[in-house]
Amino acid sequence: MAPETEGPGTEGPGTTDPRTEGPGTGRRDVLRSVVARWDVLLLVVLAAVSVAAGVLVDGFASGRNSQFLLLDVVAVALIALPLTLVVITGEIDLSVAGTLGLCSAVMGHLWVAGLPLEVVVVLTVLLGAVLGAVNAVFVTGFGLPSLAVTIGTLAAYRGLAFVVLGDQAVADFPAGWTGAASSTVAGGVVPWAVVVTLLLAVVFGVVLHATPFGRSLYAMGDNAEAATFAGLRVARAKSWLFVVSGAVSGLAGVYWTLRFASARADNAAGLELAVVAAVLLGGVSIFGGRGTLLGVLAGVLLLGVVRNALQLADVAADTLDVVTGGLLIASVVVPNAVGLGRARWRRRRRRTA
Amino acid sequence: MSQPKRALRLGMIATAVAAVLVTAACGGTTRGSGEDAPAAGRATGQADPDAPLVEGLDVAFLPKQVNNPYFTVSDNGGKSAVEEFKGSYKEVGPSEASASSQVSYINTLSQQGTDVIVTSANDPNAICGALTSARQAGAKVVTFDSDTKPECRDVFVNQATGEGIAKIQVDLISEQIGGEGKIAILSATPNATNQNAWIELMRAELAKPEHSGIELVTVAYGNDEDQKSFQETQGLLRSYPDLKGIVSPTTVGVAAAARYLSTSEYKGKVALTGLGTPNQMREFVKDGTVRSFALWKPADLGYLAAYAGAALASGRITGAEGEKFEAGRLGEYTVGPDGVVVLGPPTVFDRGNIDEFRF
Repeated sequence: MAPETEGPGTEGPGTTDPRTEGPGTGRRDVLRSVVARWDVLLLVVLAAVSVAAGVLVDGFASGRNSQFLLLDVVAVALIALPLTLVVITGEIDLSVAGTLGLCSAVMGHLWVAGLPLEVVVVLTVLLGAVLGAVNAVFVTGFGLPSLAVTIGTLAAYRGLAFVVLGDQAVADFPAGWTGAASSTVAGGVVPWAVVVTLLLAVVFGVVLHATPFGRSLYAMGDNAEAATFAGLRVARAKSWLFVVSGAVSGLAGVYWTLRFASARADNAAGLELAVVAAVLLGGVSIFGGRGTLLGVLAGVLLLGVVRNALQLADVAADTLDVVTGGLLIASVVVPNAVGLGRARWRRRRRRTA
Repeated sequence: MSQPKRALRLGMIATAVAAVLVTAACGGTTRGSGEDAPAAGRATGQADPDAPLVEGLDVAFLPKQVNNPYFTVSDNGGKSAVEEFKGSYKEVGPSEASASSQVSYINTLSQQGTDVIVTSANDPNAICGALTSARQAGAKVVTFDSDTKPECRDVFVNQATGEGIAKIQVDLISEQIGGEGKIAILSATPNATNQNAWIELMRAELAKPEHSGIELVTVAYGNDEDQKSFQETQGLLRSYPDLKGIVSPTTVGVAAAARYLSTSEYKGKVALTGLGTPNQMREFVKDGTVRSFALWKPADLGYLAAYAGAALASGRITGAEGEKFEAGRLGEYTVGPDGVVVLGPPTVFDRGNIDEFRF
């Protein structure tokens, strides 16, 4: 398993989650921080599930399988990084998979047209940024709800992808490039793609958790109006986030195309829900204002580990989907239940004191 | 946030990471080595036609998607073959037919040490890398129905050759219109590779002297959409009132055309044939709209693919041209160029046999 948690976010925006505040010492404090911080709890669950899978499922813990698992989660992890910031501001970007598909189709088209691949890759990522900018114009420019806008562009971008490439696939990318998409560091277990993803995770983590800009995103998610009165440039910040979300989706499109050596209009169809699921499981509030990047990375990995282990255990695809759905529902129910429990416990303590 | 708190938290996170890393690192091999792995034919590049068929082979079918009626039937054909040669069978696969979703299943199968992977590719290239690494790990790979690039698999079991598909349809329509008159073709989309190849081969077939009385007046495109195919059929009969027959080499087109004909004055007067599934065409064969149509038997396709995999894993064949192997009740097959094995001519379905088939 990659050292996912060398990333940022370990300190979290302590100020944005009142539940982590309050006095407390010693062992109770440790317990409380595990219960109070969803991302830490998720890491513990991830570790426990991984250990259990390693013991129970034949072949799960092998280096080869770890490599497969990591390669499988890269695309979701990449797209989840900017989406985390988008959702924290109270918006959502569902068009990511459509962007990925259109970028993949255009990448194939440009390559067939004879451009050098370095240029094609740059243009593809730029196209992603442009597609994100289109979302930004509708959402912040016209003040439309991002849910409606990005559902629309999700379909529109996917449709455009088919206009560009039809049902054809472009596959004659140079072997050096396609090999690079799944090559590993020093021939070991960790794919280079994961290293790149982690580097990006550090960047996003620092921006979110260690800059005034990042902190302002929480404020916008909490209350956009108050944030505007406080002088925060809400529209500008959100616009940039949509652009970055598009660009990273474009990058994920490049990775997807090279990893599967196939540029197709239907690449990553439906991936948007997998990414949103990981973000929500990671403890980001769908209403904005709460969440950490660490939690999201843990969520991405947890979903990946569960899926991989169950697949190795010959569990049917439909059941996998049921389990994923169950995890997601649990991620909504558990914190609320814990929160209620804690509130009651506090009230009781106050009474007895 | 106070310092000790932060330290504690970091400590906990570090512990969690360590646990994950330890789990990943203490991994062993895939399965107990030497566990029913057939050694025959693995190391040698030579086919030994007299090698015994290895028992206890792990055979996995990976269709384009699970819960698709066509693949359920073909995979069950594979299952009955696997039972015959005393292997263990399983079917795995994604719930949606996408190019990339098959990759993780192939990786899982190769991790499990599966002996034979029988798959129908959603994309000829996307699963190549995964199949290649599975083959390096010792698996034999058979593709059926939809091929990958030839270098990514050992054998491709083709349901029918393009020539076979073209010939059977021309023969059927010729027989149904008495070898004389105008016919039209109702295809899928104008750029469908398969369809266009078959249409060219049908033109070549129609050019033969025995079909000199038949005139192909037009090719219409229903885009493999039920409604459009229905309307195109209507349009054909308006434009060519003296049309004698329609050939639709797509299951969607032939079913829509049959539905239109069955409710029109042309029922039983204008002949219709093509490639269709018995389930879709049953009622139209019974009500006299359609006399006969053709398709391969998916169950036989899976059955043959499983036997090809067993022959590979036992070292009887390597996938080279000219090698021969026995495929149970289907008899002997020969590997053609590029490692392709052809199931045979398509099956003709009519009133007499259609009730034997459920797909």
